[in-house]
This record gives sequence, C-alpha cells and structure tokens, in this order.
Amino acid sequence: MHTQTVAQLAQGLREKRFSSVELTQHFCSRIEELDPIYNAFITLNKDAALAAAAAADQRLASDNATALTGIPIAHKDIFCTLGLRTSCGSRMLDNFIPPYDATVIKRFNEAGAIILGKTNMDEFAMGSSNENSFYGAVKNPWDQTTVPGGSSGGSAAAVAALLAPAATGTDTGGSIRQPAAFCGITGLKPTYGRVSRLGMVAYASSLDQGGPMAHTALDCALLLNTMAGHDPLDSTSAQDPVQDYTQDLEQPLKGLRIGLPREYFGEGLDPGTGACIQAALQELESQGASLVDINLPNSKLTIPAYYIIAPAEASTNLSRYDGVRYGHRCEDPGDLHDLYTRTREEGFGDEVKRRILVGTYALSAGYYDAYYKKAQQARRLISDNFTAAFEQVDIIAGPTTPGTAFPLGAKSDDPVAMYLEDVYTLAVNLAGLPGISVPAGFVDGKPVGLQLIGRHFAEAQLLNVGHRYQQATDWHQQAPVTGGTL
Amino acid sequence: MQWETVIGLEVHLQLATRSKIFSGSPTTFGAEPNTQASAVDLAMPGMLPVLNEQAVRYAVMFGLGIGASIGMRSVFDRKNYFYPDLPKGYQISQFAEPVVGAGKFEIQLEDGGSRQIGITRAHLEEDAGKSLHEDFHGMSGIDLNRAGTPLLEIVSEPDIRNAAEAVAYLKALHSLVIYLGISDGNMAEGSMRCDINISLRPMGSKELGTRAEIKNVNSFRFVERAIRHEFERQAEILESGGRVVQETRLYDADRDETRPMRSKEVANDYRYFPEPDLLPVVIDEAYVEEVRRGLPELPMDKRKRFVEQYQLSAYDASVLSDSPALAAYYETVVRHCSDAKIAANWVQVELMGQLNKHELGINDSPVSAQQLGELIVRILDHSISGKIAKQVFEAMWQGEGNADDIIEARGLKQVSDSGALESMVDEVIASNAAQVEQYLAADEAKRKKLLGFFVGQIMKLSKGQANPQMVNQLLAKKLT
Amino acid sequence: MAIEQDEIEKIAELARIRIADEQIGDVTRRITEILGMVDQLQAAETDGVEPMANPLDATQRLRVDEVTESDQRDAFQAIAPAVEQGLYLVPKVID
Repeated sequence: MHTQTVAQLAQGLREKRFSSVELTQHFCSRIEELDPIYNAFITLNKDAALAAAAAADQRLASDNATALTGIPIAHKDIFCTLGLRTSCGSRMLDNFIPPYDATVIKRFNEAGAIILGKTNMDEFAMGSSNENSFYGAVKNPWDQTTVPGGSSGGSAAAVAALLAPAATGTDTGGSIRQPAAFCGITGLKPTYGRVSRLGMVAYASSLDQGGPMAHTALDCALLLNTMAGHDPLDSTSAQDPVQDYTQDLEQPLKGLRIGLPREYFGEGLDPGTGACIQAALQELESQGASLVDINLPNSKLTIPAYYIIAPAEASTNLSRYDGVRYGHRCEDPGDLHDLYTRTREEGFGDEVKRRILVGTYALSAGYYDAYYKKAQQARRLISDNFTAAFEQVDIIAGPTTPGTAFPLGAKSDDPVAMYLEDVYTLAVNLAGLPGISVPAGFVDGKPVGLQLIGRHFAEAQLLNVGHRYQQATDWHQQAPVTGGTL
Repeated sequence: MQWETVIGLEVHLQLATRSKIFSGSPTTFGAEPNTQASAVDLAMPGMLPVLNEQAVRYAVMFGLGIGASIGMRSVFDRKNYFYPDLPKGYQISQFAEPVVGAGKFEIQLEDGGSRQIGITRAHLEEDAGKSLHEDFHGMSGIDLNRAGTPLLEIVSEPDIRNAAEAVAYLKALHSLVIYLGISDGNMAEGSMRCDINISLRPMGSKELGTRAEIKNVNSFRFVERAIRHEFERQAEILESGGRVVQETRLYDADRDETRPMRSKEVANDYRYFPEPDLLPVVIDEAYVEEVRRGLPELPMDKRKRFVEQYQLSAYDASVLSDSPALAAYYETVVRHCSDAKIAANWVQVELMGQLNKHELGINDSPVSAQQLGELIVRILDHSISGKIAKQVFEAMWQGEGNADDIIEARGLKQVSDSGALESMVDEVIASNAAQVEQYLAADEAKRKKLLGFFVGQIMKLSKGQANPQMVNQLLAKKLT
Repeated sequence: MAIEQDEIEKIAELARIRIADEQIGDVTRRITEILGMVDQLQAAETDGVEPMANPLDATQRLRVDEVTESDQRDAFQAIAPAVEQGLYLVPKVID
C-alpha cells in the first residue's frame, strides 16, 4: 500500500480493496519500524489515527466521503493539532498540547483525512537542512549521510521513505520546495494567502504559507483542494475563489510560454543539476511549450532582503514565548527578567536566537529605515521584476536549488553559507507567488528538483505543467527504499 | 520666578464594542479572571488578529466629532516590549498612519470663557491585561480579560496651561464620547484613563521644558491633584537650580504624590513596524458619510442651541447639555411646561440637588421629566406657589404620585375664592387693630413694609395657600 | 557593518535572551557575518519605492462586532506552567 499515490489509495478505499484502518495501521507500522533510521516524525498519532480511520471507514461506506476520506496524512509539526503535541521543532514548545486545531487541520479533519503524526522540522521553520531541530536531524532517505532539506525536512523525508502517502509543509523561503527537491517528491507553495495561516505557528507572517507535499502533482492538487480557501479568522487570507485543482491537470502545454531567468542559470548552479533542468525544459518544449529567456535583474537583492524581513518579523512573532501561559518555563525564576531571559535562552536553539537578534537589531531605533524599510522597498523591486516577466511569459522555470542534498553537518556551522542554499526559492515568497518543485532527475543518486513559478493564484497552471511533465517522466516514481518504485 | 505649566494629555478611551478589537471575546467588565481571554487574547501560537468594524466606526465618529481629518488609509503597527500583561510581547497600535488626524476641541472654563485645545491625533490600539499584586507566595497574578479591549488613544497638543483646564478638557471629552455613545466613560472601571505630560517653563518663554509623564490617572480629581503636585515638585527642582529628569512617574492617590515608575527605568526601544498580520485599513468617502449621517447632535451644538432657543446663559446651557440624558430630560420638561427658564432652574436646583444628594444618575430619577413639567405648569397657572411646589416635589420624589394628585390629596391648592379670602382678610384686620392704625398713619414707603405683615398673617391663616396677588389686592382695597 | 559585542548585549536584552559569557564572542561573530551579507542591500536604489508590506497589496477586511468566543479557561490553563485562582503566576511585577 505504501507504494501507491494518494489518488491510487483513494481509489483502493472506494473499491474496498483495503480499509482505512488497514491503511493507517500499515503506515503506522512502517513508521515504527523505519523511522528510527530517518527521524522524520516527532510525534506518531497512532491510537487517535486508528480511531479516526475506523470512523473514516464508516463514512466511506456512506455516500458523503471525500477524495481524502480515510487517507493518512503526516503534518508538519508547525500546524496546531487539538490535543496532540505541537512542538514546532523547539524545546520551547516541547510540552505544548494545543487546545485548538489549525484551520488546515480542521479542513483535513472535515474531509475525513487521518492525522498520521507530526513531522520533524527546523526549529520554528528556520533552516534549510532540518539540522536545527530540538528533536535531532532528519536523514535524507536517498542518502542517509545527507540532509533532507528544510525546514519541512521531516515531511519530505516521510513521503520519500514511503512512511506517509502525503504530508503538509510550510514555506517561508523555500521550506516546502527545497526539501521536496532534495527528497525527490513534489511540493507546492501556494500563493500567499491561499491557505489559512490560522493555527500555523508563525515564523515570518508576511511570507509564511502552508502547502502540500506528495509524490505527484495530482496528489498535491487533491490536498490543495482541501487546504485552500478563505479563512475569515486570518486577515491576510485571500478571498479569491478556489477552483478544483484537479480539473486542468490534463491541459496540453501547447502555446505555454516558459520564462527562464538568466539569474537562475548562472554562477553557483551545479552543472549536474543544471543538466537535469535543461533536460526537463526540453521535455516541456517537446510538449509544445516555448522557452523564453528573461531577466529578473533585482535577484541579487533577494537574499539580503529576505534575511532582514524574515528575522525582523520572526523576532517579534517569537516574543510570545515568555514562559507565562504555555510552553517552556525556566526553573525557579528569581524575578521577571530572569523568567524571560532564562526561559528564552533555554527554550530557543542557536539559529532561532540568531534570527531573533538580527531581526531585533534591524528593527531597533536608528536602523529601521536602513534595514526593514529598505528591505520592504527591495521586496517591491523584486516583485515588480516578476510582474514585468509575467507580461512576456506564463510561467517561470529553473532549478529549485543550486545543487543536490549536501552532507549532514556541512553547513551547520556557517549560517551565511546555509542562507545561500535558498537563492532560487526566496524571491517567490517575497513576491507572494505560487511555486512548485517537481522531481527532474538525479545526480549521483540524489534527486534534483525543477521549480516552476506562476502568477498569483496560478496554482492550477503549475499543477497542470507538473502533471504533464510527470505523465512523460518517471522521476517522481523512483523510491529510495527497497521495493523501489511507485 | 513665575512658571508657566505646559500640559499635554493622552487619554486612553475604552470603546464600547461588544467584542474585543481583534478577537470575538466579550468585553464586559468584572468577569472572573481569564474567563474572557480567548486563544487570540492569550497569544497562543498561530493565533491571528481580525479587526472589529465597530472599533473603526467609533474612531471615525470621534474624528468627525472633533472635526478632525479622517485617515482614509490607516495602518496598524507592532509596539514591542515585554511585560506579563502583554501576551504577544507587542501591542498592536497605530504609529505612523493613525485613523484620526489633527482636530480641535473647544472647552468651557468655569469663568464662562472658552479655549481651543488642539488634538494631535487619535489612534486605535488594544488594551493590555492586568497584573494583580496580591501576594501569591511572592508572585503576581495576571488576568488577561482586559487584553484586547479596544482603546482609542487621544493625544492632545501641549495647549493646556493648568489643572482646571486639564479637568475642563477631560470633562468635555467625556461628555463628547458619551454623546457619541462610543464609550461608557466609566472612569472607576478604567474606561477612560489619562497620561499627563507636564513641563514647566519661565512665564513668557517659548521653549518647552523637560517633561515628566504621569501614567494612568483615573479620575478628574486625581488629574487635578497630580498636576498640582507635579507642578510643585518641578518648580521646587527648578528654583533650587536643579534639572527635571525626563521620566515616567506614577500618581499614588493614597499618598497624593507622584513617584518614578521602576519598570520604566530602562529607556524603551519599541521597534515599531507595520503589523504583518493585519493589512492597511482603507475606508472610503461613502463610509465616512454614512457615519457622519448617523452622528447625534454634539454637546457643543446642543449648548449653542440651548442658548439660542431657550435664552439660557452659557453656563446653564453647558450644565444642561452635559450628558444627552440630562439634556433630553430638560427638553422634555420644557415641552410639558413651555417655560424654559423656570424649567432650567428646577432641573438644576431641585432635581440635580436631589440627584447629587442621593448619588443618582439622571436615568435613575424617581421624578420623570413629564412629572416635573406638570408640577411647573401648576406654578405657572397659580394653582400653587413656588414654595408649595418644593413641598410637592419632595412628595413626588418620595413616590407619592403626580403633582396634581399630591396637591389634591394634601389640599395644597391656592385659595383664589374671593369670598373665602375676603373673610380671612377681614379676620386679620379685625384682630390687628394696632397694626392697622400704624399702617394708616404711615407714609407710602412705610406702608409697603407693613403690608407684608398682613400678607404674612393671611398666609399663615391659609397655611400658605392663599393666592398672594389676590390677597394684596383685597388688602389694598380694605386698608383705606 | 561591524557590530560591537556591547551592542549585541543591548540587542539581546531588548529581545530578552540571556547569552552566556562564553558564547557572546561567537554570537557576535555570527551576527556580524549575517549583517555583512544583508548589507549588500545598502547598494540598492530604492528612493521613492513604496515599501511592500504584503505581497498581494490587499486591504484589511473588517469583522462584525459579535461575541464568538466562550470561556475556555480550564482548557487554556491546563497547559500553563503556573496558575492559581484562575490567574497566571509570574515573579512579582513592579510598576
């Protein structure tokens, strides 16, 4: 069962080839058996999942089942789950059991999907390797000496290792797309505001966006159908209508204009990865798309703008962790100041502290104009480049990452080198655009991701291109584990 | 040295919304601790603010009420600082782009004059919770029920020159917000709180001195006392050659003194930046017009109308228009008795006297406006004298019924029957022969005085019910 | 931009994060590297560019003034580190 896609499993459930309880039990057993190798999960939700699966089986027998009823899904441990520990990869929330569900979780519950467990992640979603987790690093199922990417590394590894048919992730600067690329799966970062942020622990409010991670574009479409939609409790949630994302998947690519930003194919791109991307582009061209060279001249501003805006927002988003109402509290605080400073010293890891300090500095008196305001201005320049580009082309394509998964520990001591990993993914968040990473080959046995970027709310188009590409290729069907293909 | 006091006030006004500014929690006062604190108010992970429309509407109403420019685009910012009553570690406020811009506000002074006080701006923000200092084994308790209650912070220009003006300003502001219905104005419950910025400078100087900020002064009386106290403190420092330190001070009502706040010793760096969880608030002309059409008559307009329509003095007009309820009461009395002057007297003297004595609000008056109007009608048609009317009012206050019932039941109606009066006059003349002789011998000027004696005797005989004009006429006729 | 250690200490105090003495040097070095990287932004020509706070340039939706929350104190305080009589306890607050 674990070698099937969500779409196949859903059909299996409908045809009663297996029950949701059997399916859920199967994945739980796989996790219990195999996850000690990968460390993809922080919390397994076995008992509640089996109970929910039994309920799902009843619903499947009635006529109000949805496409996801009975499907076990792993959730990044950043989505609050009622009664189920939500740690956000941090010691600060190691004991935090939310008294509420995130809107995304509610929507999955209403659809009858099963919460399989909570996946490992970089602490508070800050990282590109999943090494910044209080619960330890996650190993890339394709090569256990390498990182799975981050911050949704646990979700990516869980899907790649066939421990879950699909998962949720969040993407603030590439945290869905980069681990999807490193782990050889498909990951979609929707338009900012398309998926509710309510109950999703905040990293950088104006950049954060939840999205699906699965084997195929079709599965991502099925998950997005449930995740997307307006949430009146999130002021930044988009009110634009949601479509059935599976509807346009088969659209032919004839006439599609694909923009190739020169800045994404230059210095810094690993030649092997570049070759895979070129081959993928040729495939799309062969299906009738045309390739157009474009420029995104403000790309060089992307990394500095992001690494001001995200830490600035994070520095105040994380002020609520003060040891008063929930979460970690230091032992025997001597006074209020001691309560705050020691709780936060103990509760936060090094990278989180670094970003809080950088963000605090950028917002502090005398620096606001030079840093935060300037970064928000640069953000507009970056966004304007995309707007101009989308007048010439329909979508933009390039590599998701400069290279394949790097060895564990290779960059963990060098934050700046780690930040450069995100060079191709950050701009999408700054501009609020949708982006998808689809498997596009291997270099030395390690997966490569093709990134497609669309206009605001063009998720269906990205899924369409991804799906057509996957109809013609089998990269997404490769599996790192014995028994190998989907 | 003669010192001039320069005062600017920051008033924090709780808006009378049903739910909080960014969450659906109730805002009612006095609930059990933390029973009105939702996941949003508690800053649980992943919780997000959504702006309450009524808070925006109230702010716009206030802006229109002071003729201020309305921020057609306003932006919420985060004001960052750590304090246990501030769950998010930042307060959502408005910094660079407030919802209400500059306006002006006229205040009435007790000497009958008036002054214009500039309003710099008014912005929306959320209230914090409360720290309770009762001892929990050396700990403090935090109640977050109040966290997220909408506040309008109204910032004045440093146009205020003394404690009396400060109080007049606050009273006028209080009256305005009650008129607008945007706040319950209950100072005892903290619905209107005041921070006082105060500095001294030599009389005639244009430069501002160093100011101290006195936080959270919660009654008109304390404002007055805090300013007086702070004036003396700063004057003493300056006169002994010292320098006033810019600092935040706390007014301690029990000791009647201000003292520095320890928690504010470290200069705060609030790191304001636009709140990314909220978007710019954009309102259009149609919205502002709709709000404007719904505005009630404002206190200053009502005051002017009372002066013109009822020929009241500026002072009477301002007392009677202090609250919409009092003004409505007064106007109902006028409608029933058609004499604005007497109505004004009765409302201000008898009615408000009793209300103050019993610490009642106008809405709790046991005598209705219609009842008071009917009583005044009986004075005007000479059924009773003004003196008897006070007795009747007393009985009405005790709940004995309408004026006519009481007059009837107690037989208080004036005697205007000429036969009955004539026999009383005859009786008094007959039994006071000496005084009659005196009267007849006196000159015109003296006679007037002596006439009063006879009137008094007849009043006594009639238990005050004789119609004084008729008695006068009869006496004049008989004493010849 | 180079940043001095005492400035890091000031920032850490603002952020209420205690940094152990033996770590302050390392933290300062890392932050200096990061700030050096983001300082590339200073070269950007941004005069007159409207800052972009929200990628969709959308405006705020307003909520109807209704009470939608009910008392959940017990559930919320079940996960609190220290409560008594319905209050969250903290070391003594000094005004």
